[in-house]
Amino acid sequence: MSANLEKAFHNEPAAKIKSKKESSIYRFFANLFRSWTGTLGFIIILGLLFISIFGPWITPYDPLYADFSKKLLPPMTDGHLLGTDQLGRDILSRIIVGARVSVIIGVLTVVIAGIFGTVVGIISGYFRGWVDVVLMRIVDVQLSFPFILLVLVINAIIGAGLRNIIISLAIGGWVIFARMIRSEVLALREKEFITACVATGVSRFEILFRHILPNLFTPLIILASLQIGTFIIAEASVSFLGFGVQPPEPAWGNMLNEGKDYIFSSWWLITFPGIAIIIAALGVNLFGDWLRDTLDPELKGE
Amino acid sequence: MLDFIIKRLLQVILVVFLALTAVFFLIRLSGDPTALFLPPDAPREQIEEYRELLGFNRPLQDQYADFMVNAVQGDFGESLRSQEDALQLVIDRLPATFQLAIAALILSLVIAIPLGVLSAYKRNSFFDRIGVGLTVLGQAVPNFWLGLILIFFFAAQLKLLPTGGGGTLVHLILPTITLATYSIARFTRFTRSSMLDILRKDYIRTAKASGVPTFPLVARFALKNSLIPIITLIALDLGTLLGGAVITEVVFAWPGIGRLLMQSLMNRDFPIVLAAVFIIALIYAIINFIADILYAYVNPQIRVK
Repeated sequence: MSANLEKAFHNEPAAKIKSKKESSIYRFFANLFRSWTGTLGFIIILGLLFISIFGPWITPYDPLYADFSKKLLPPMTDGHLLGTDQLGRDILSRIIVGARVSVIIGVLTVVIAGIFGTVVGIISGYFRGWVDVVLMRIVDVQLSFPFILLVLVINAIIGAGLRNIIISLAIGGWVIFARMIRSEVLALREKEFITACVATGVSRFEILFRHILPNLFTPLIILASLQIGTFIIAEASVSFLGFGVQPPEPAWGNMLNEGKDYIFSSWWLITFPGIAIIIAALGVNLFGDWLRDTLDPELKGE
Repeated sequence: MLDFIIKRLLQVILVVFLALTAVFFLIRLSGDPTALFLPPDAPREQIEEYRELLGFNRPLQDQYADFMVNAVQGDFGESLRSQEDALQLVIDRLPATFQLAIAALILSLVIAIPLGVLSAYKRNSFFDRIGVGLTVLGQAVPNFWLGLILIFFFAAQLKLLPTGGGGTLVHLILPTITLATYSIARFTRFTRSSMLDILRKDYIRTAKASGVPTFPLVARFALKNSLIPIITLIALDLGTLLGGAVITEVVFAWPGIGRLLMQSLMNRDFPIVLAAVFIIALIYAIINFIADILYAYVNPQIRVK
């Protein structure tokens, strides 16, 4: 991981620095704190990780406990900060526990889609030939169908649930990684240092693993960070439509689905889970934007 | 140019064919839907009879071949529920979806292009910062949630607009805003960066130095050139609009393809699902095709490749 990050954050000669590892972390934060949007994104991500790990222990109430005598309480009543839903369950507790679903789905989908897309992209870009033609045709075909519809149709057919929504999102999302990694590999192949390797007789696999793979890390981490937000919103949309994560397990999307029937009487049911989605997506996107601007200044702005 | 067009047309056919194939096998692998139409205690003979009637008991490759042969002739079978022609049902819903998508496209262009141009021209000003902030926010808001909030304010609270349904212009307002938000954010961002690139060019500096006033400078010299990449983005986003339209249609009970697709997925009414996938893939592929042709027309470098 550190090779590229170091390149990006190092300006001083290595000799002046006490320990390599310490200084690259120091530089990372020094750089991060210079951008308030990046810092904000980073803080939101830390917060999300914290509540998704410790969620079950920090909720004020049991997120699944229904109490009909307390149903549809407005915010700030009876110790329910964000009110209760149609079954009398505490909304804040459900949002906290729902964060875990979003984080798990966002991260796992990016990892699965990223690994699969990277393997395909490398095979396509490095070995070329008919394999490349076939793989890229598949990518083209898939890209010519709207992402969210693809995820929805796949999920509706293979069935709802946490595992299946991750599979559906990964099937919908790998193509972006494949296409990006392929073009990166194609560009790398033309670089002088690769030509030098070939000329000095370094084996194909050594070139691939020692010289190409490490250079794919930066674009990959940028794309992954930007895709997490897309996946989180897509999961919420699919769960909102009644597929994806199923009640009673709290997920932000299905909370909105259940809450939409009470839109005329109880605004808090649809308001707070939506704000949670926005904060999460915004946090990941801000951090991703900052990462891109820092690691790859050429792309700045778009 | 003709070569290019033929090649791209073949790709349209391939896209539609592969999309149908993939969805067909996904559906068949997920089990046959006959059980859903019969009571849980239906006798075995009745289930078998039903399967035979619908053709689910035959070998998969035969079913597939039959399906493709019929599909090429525009026959996707009948709805498993209403026995109406599946393709016709989908086509009947097409105008409503187009209405929504085009209204949203127009709204986003009308707002995004001036906003993007102004943002770029007044770079780093207060206005620019607000604009950039809003586009970042706009991309983080799920459009179905925005729809719910709009319903809450304008229909439930103020009682100004209907919560859903279709037909009149009044019904179109909230779904259009809902659907357009994401595109507004993307178009504004893109117009801004596209404009910034152009404004840095030498010929703009020359024009500025020779005293061309601001408005003609921006409108005639810069905007015209920055529109080329925007055309591609519009074409790409029309697909996203169509996808987003599905969710928006469900939120607002808008009688378009998306809502029909959703209901059919819920009911496992697969002939309609396949017909809807066919139409969506076809429209999307045709839009991409037109965009490529337009792009090749304005940028000759692509044609040669």
